[in-house]
Amino acid sequence: MHMINTSEILETLNMIDHQKLDVRTITMGISLLSCVTDDEDRLCDNIYDLITRRAENLVKVGREIERDYGVPIVNKRISVTPAALVTGAIRHPVKVARALDRAAKTAGVDFIGGYSALVHKGITEADRRLIESIPEALSETDFLCSSVNVGSTRAGINMDAVRLMGETVKATAQRTADNGGLGCAKLVVFCNAVEDNPFMAGAFHGPGEGDCAVSVGVSGPGVVKVALEGVKDAPFDEVAETIKRTAFHITRVGQLVAREASRRLDVPFGIVDLSLAPTPAVGDSVAAILEEMGLEVCGAHGTTAALALLNDAVKKGGVMASSHVGGLSGAFIPVSEDIGMIQAAQKGALSLEKLEAMTCVCSVGLDMIAIPGDTPAQTIAAIIADEAAIGMVNNKTTAVRVIPAPGKRVGDNVEFGGLLGHAPVIPVRELDSAAFIRRQLGSYLSSCSCWVTVLVTGS
Amino acid sequence: MNEMKKAVISVLGTDKKGIIAQVSRILYENDANILDISQTIVSGLFSMILIADIAAADCSFDALKTELDALGDRIGVQIRIQRSEIFEAMHQI
Repeated sequence: MHMINTSEILETLNMIDHQKLDVRTITMGISLLSCVTDDEDRLCDNIYDLITRRAENLVKVGREIERDYGVPIVNKRISVTPAALVTGAIRHPVKVARALDRAAKTAGVDFIGGYSALVHKGITEADRRLIESIPEALSETDFLCSSVNVGSTRAGINMDAVRLMGETVKATAQRTADNGGLGCAKLVVFCNAVEDNPFMAGAFHGPGEGDCAVSVGVSGPGVVKVALEGVKDAPFDEVAETIKRTAFHITRVGQLVAREASRRLDVPFGIVDLSLAPTPAVGDSVAAILEEMGLEVCGAHGTTAALALLNDAVKKGGVMASSHVGGLSGAFIPVSEDIGMIQAAQKGALSLEKLEAMTCVCSVGLDMIAIPGDTPAQTIAAIIADEAAIGMVNNKTTAVRVIPAPGKRVGDNVEFGGLLGHAPVIPVRELDSAAFIRRQLGSYLSSCSCWVTVLVTGS
Repeated sequence: MNEMKKAVISVLGTDKKGIIAQVSRILYENDANILDISQTIVSGLFSMILIADIAAADCSFDALKTELDALGDRIGVQIRIQRSEIFEAMHQI
């Protein structure tokens, strides 16, 4: 039997102690489809009972794994079936929002995701009621996260949903104005949303999933940064190899934790998602990795290419390390959650336009960006439309999580606290997009998507 | 023979007398069997990695952890016990 050697042990300890290697989340996905009824109170009770029963031991098991293996597990979370799929027969979906939040508190988890609707092709009455209730739901709950999928490569972009989401983001900011628009930090607008993402705020348990599954999200931008410090001035392939090897090590930790969690909870293993998810702590930054590659500041020309290299190598390293890689896997670029991004934005090096370009190659999209509080809903919808178009045409997941911080102007700082961090308000174009957004859903974007489908499938 | 269940005990801190003696006494009292020890001192910094079999019926990971944590606090060094799978997962294919 191979005995682990001292240097390998010290390397792992060093990653945990000094490079912020952590398991960001164990996320339990729970299907709510069996809860359906047309009685509002019974629906809420069914949902609360099911979640609290299934997730009864989630936090306890998470702590045990953390203790046994000595690796930090930062969050325990729950994702559920998109709520619009189970609220079709009731009038007030916001009651379900409260039930979900209560269940999260009883289970002791950090977040619950899935106050969601999938409207990339069309909007049902239930979807519309749910979307309209999002501002209220996010202002009245503490742990609830919401997401709406407005486009897909196959179906195109639902521009009615885009317009509606522009208004919803704006209204959510206003209803949570006392907390700097915090509600918007828990609201994601997707194109090509994935069904097994364990990361918040966009986690939901897709309708194609089973009754219950545990997935794990691993992180560790600091580990990659330190590894790259060892290959200064080395050729690109050495940089890519180093990232792949590091991603492999990190993902193996995720795989171990996921397997153990699945065994101890007696719930099927879902996926491991290796996403370099930064936190506002020093040494836990994706921007710092890009700068380590040779850029003066994140946002300099070359940033998109560096990010593409990083994302590609992370995915390739991760795939080899786990039997089930899924979720979003890649590099996240949430501005307020990354100290390097925050500093780059403060210096003016990182603009919304540059961030948009970066989302063509990162694993998600425009994330945790504070914009002026007086940004019109139509402009927010137009930002969503641009981002969804990038996702639709390039067959990738994109998302928008922007915070039009109430009463704040360019240069002001918005504080969200904890893992959500803080962000300087950055400018959006003050040009008018309203007439474009006001158009009814017609033929252009749907025919455009047919064209894209032809392009992608070759049929 | 019972299957082995391995734990890695790592000790880091300022060197002082009796660290190994006290750690190994706790392991002995908890019925853990030491498989491998490596220890170095670099400019006064004591570092020890100890691998032990904790498969014996009387050996409880929790009890070991509690006692080792207490010892670490008492003598002012960092003592950690972790199941070995984390290192194996990370470094072996």
